[in-house]
Amino acid sequence: MTPIKIAVASGKGGTGKTMVATSLASVLVSEHRVQLIDCDVEAPNAHLFLKPSINWSSPAVIMIPEINEERCTACGKCVEVCEFHALAQIGTRILVFPQLCHGCGTCSLYCPEDAISEIPHQIGEMSRGLTTNGVDFLMGELTISEPMATPIIRQLKGLVNEKGEIIIFDSPPGASCAVVATVHDADYVLLVTEPTPFGLHDLKQMIGVLKATGTPGGVIINRDGIGNQQLESFLEGTPYPILMKIPYDSEIALGLASGNVLTDFIPQYQSEFQSLHRRILEHYAKVSA
Amino acid sequence: MILMISSQGDTLQSEPSLRFGRAPYFIEFNLEDDSWKAHENPAVSEAGGAGVAASQFLIDKKASAALSGRFGPNAHYALTHANIRMVTFDGDYRSVQSVIDAYKDEKLQEAKH
Amino acid sequence: MLKRANPIKQCVILSGKGGTGKTSICAGLIDISSKHVEGVYVDADVDAANLALVMDAVQQEIHRFTGSKLAFIEPEKCINCGFCYDVCRYHAIKEPTDDQPTHQVIDLLCDGCGACVYGCPTTAIHMEAQEEGEWYYSTSSFGDLFHAELFPAAENTGKLVTMVKQNAKLFAEEHQKSLMLVDGPPGIGCPVISASAGANLALVVTEPSVAGIHDLNRILQTLKHFDIPTLICINKSDLYPEGTAQIKALAQSENLEVCGEIPFDDDIPKAMIAAQPITQYSPNSASSRTIEQIWNVIYEKLFHQDGKV
Repeated sequence: MTPIKIAVASGKGGTGKTMVATSLASVLVSEHRVQLIDCDVEAPNAHLFLKPSINWSSPAVIMIPEINEERCTACGKCVEVCEFHALAQIGTRILVFPQLCHGCGTCSLYCPEDAISEIPHQIGEMSRGLTTNGVDFLMGELTISEPMATPIIRQLKGLVNEKGEIIIFDSPPGASCAVVATVHDADYVLLVTEPTPFGLHDLKQMIGVLKATGTPGGVIINRDGIGNQQLESFLEGTPYPILMKIPYDSEIALGLASGNVLTDFIPQYQSEFQSLHRRILEHYAKVSA
Repeated sequence: MILMISSQGDTLQSEPSLRFGRAPYFIEFNLEDDSWKAHENPAVSEAGGAGVAASQFLIDKKASAALSGRFGPNAHYALTHANIRMVTFDGDYRSVQSVIDAYKDEKLQEAKH
Repeated sequence: MLKRANPIKQCVILSGKGGTGKTSICAGLIDISSKHVEGVYVDADVDAANLALVMDAVQQEIHRFTGSKLAFIEPEKCINCGFCYDVCRYHAIKEPTDDQPTHQVIDLLCDGCGACVYGCPTTAIHMEAQEEGEWYYSTSSFGDLFHAELFPAAENTGKLVTMVKQNAKLFAEEHQKSLMLVDGPPGIGCPVISASAGANLALVVTEPSVAGIHDLNRILQTLKHFDIPTLICINKSDLYPEGTAQIKALAQSENLEVCGEIPFDDDIPKAMIAAQPITQYSPNSASSRTIEQIWNVIYEKLFHQDGKV
């Protein structure tokens, strides 16, 4: 079977993305090679549930300019070409602002004196390990006070196991750049939402992202029963079928709060997640035909 | 000695701007002869790094002091390295002229960081 | 009614983890505070903006928002030399295909750095600023709201957050308001840093779960780094008592006050559906009374101790 990359996203935060990603990984790992990548590098949580034993870690970096003052003629070309204003010129000195730098390399590319080298600036850390049931787990963590999450997500994507059979991306909330970096190369997106006005509003934003990336997707309604019917009526007119409903249940809330995987503490959900996987494959086959 | 005051508009009667990097205008005021001119802030619509871009503009204009409501960390870093004094005012000043008068009377405070 | 505070006091509501109840609690605080202090309200979670929904706000002004720039290749000028493809670190250049005989920019992947622009031998590439969202000024029965919607898939650089906040602040100065309450985004990165800039106080809404506590720790470290005085409130506090105890221990070790414990309340989604703050929907509920108590602490910190927590 070809590897399938499934991203779990939501728009609104706290709708149950990590619950779905960790349950799906735990259930599928008994029959497949599964990799789970936690792309929510600002607030990564999947490791708290899967408890992998981390055996590899590496700094996540962007390459920022370093000015060789002996070669620099203060021509100002680097300041002129930097779209992000990460460089400024004061007299004959060039100042670098690491937190504005995107690591694009434009300054060094156009420096006529070859006076700019690029040095790593750490913005986070990436870790990898195996869970007891064999999930190949990867996560990134943005360093406190660093602004940019997407370069770490891009670096995590470089570690995707192309020999894996199922790769699951746990996405950050929202519907902007970090989410695009997570879902753009996924084959399928699971949209986890809740039947409330907030859930619906943010799901619509997320559907906007899928339209832009052209990725197919299906919906999981979590905490079914707490809100109203608007969500389901909205979904009727869209190409995003409801693949699963998880009712609101205080036993689930407590189990998750204490850091357990849903399919471990309520084993009946194992078959539910197996059927979910089947429905994903069916829908994916249908839309890609 | 040249002052640069962040401003909402392009005259001395305009309301001063409490923002630095994204101020619509800078009023350049020469303390030697009280002459002045208005500049559109080239940084106002930048997606990021407006503070650095506005600082670069002031550096290139050879300003000695920058007057605004508040300076972000990047602007602070750039202006400090360029030896440009940072002076702050609050929302009580209704015109750029009144900010300049307060500066001359030494009623304004240096930016804290 | 408290008259104008000078300068205006800013309080930002954050959480680290998403979905802990920031917006519902913020709406309650707006309802209660508006009876004591004139304020302006800001929704700084621009890619999942929900505050207007519970405030039943009516849009008065719509403004276009132009964000970052992207590269464009003019097909007439492109000679397929491949320079752009070679220099792009974001894999945002697509090589020619049967349908499209010249190189093309993949908008979603373009970071807007301009590396391809300056060295293109036929100057076929230029940068164009993108319309990436809208921001709004709205009114409600509680007061004035500034909010925004980033278009899906746009880059959230914090610029839109900064712009919405700055317009709110200018409005507040002009109308002699005393308080600016900001409903912040989840996470700890760029939009959070922009939402917190200039805040006199942060209220962190957390929940007693391992994930909530993990992310609470990260947002507390972030606020400490930026030197912003911080209060903590625990939402769904009766869900997992062990977690609540852990949060209190963490607060104590960080020398921070837990200013309210809001029990799980199934009226919260109902209030959302009724487009009302919880404090209006069920004013006598335990959650509403706790929100009132939280407001009292915020009021003390902002207006009686000059922001020193």
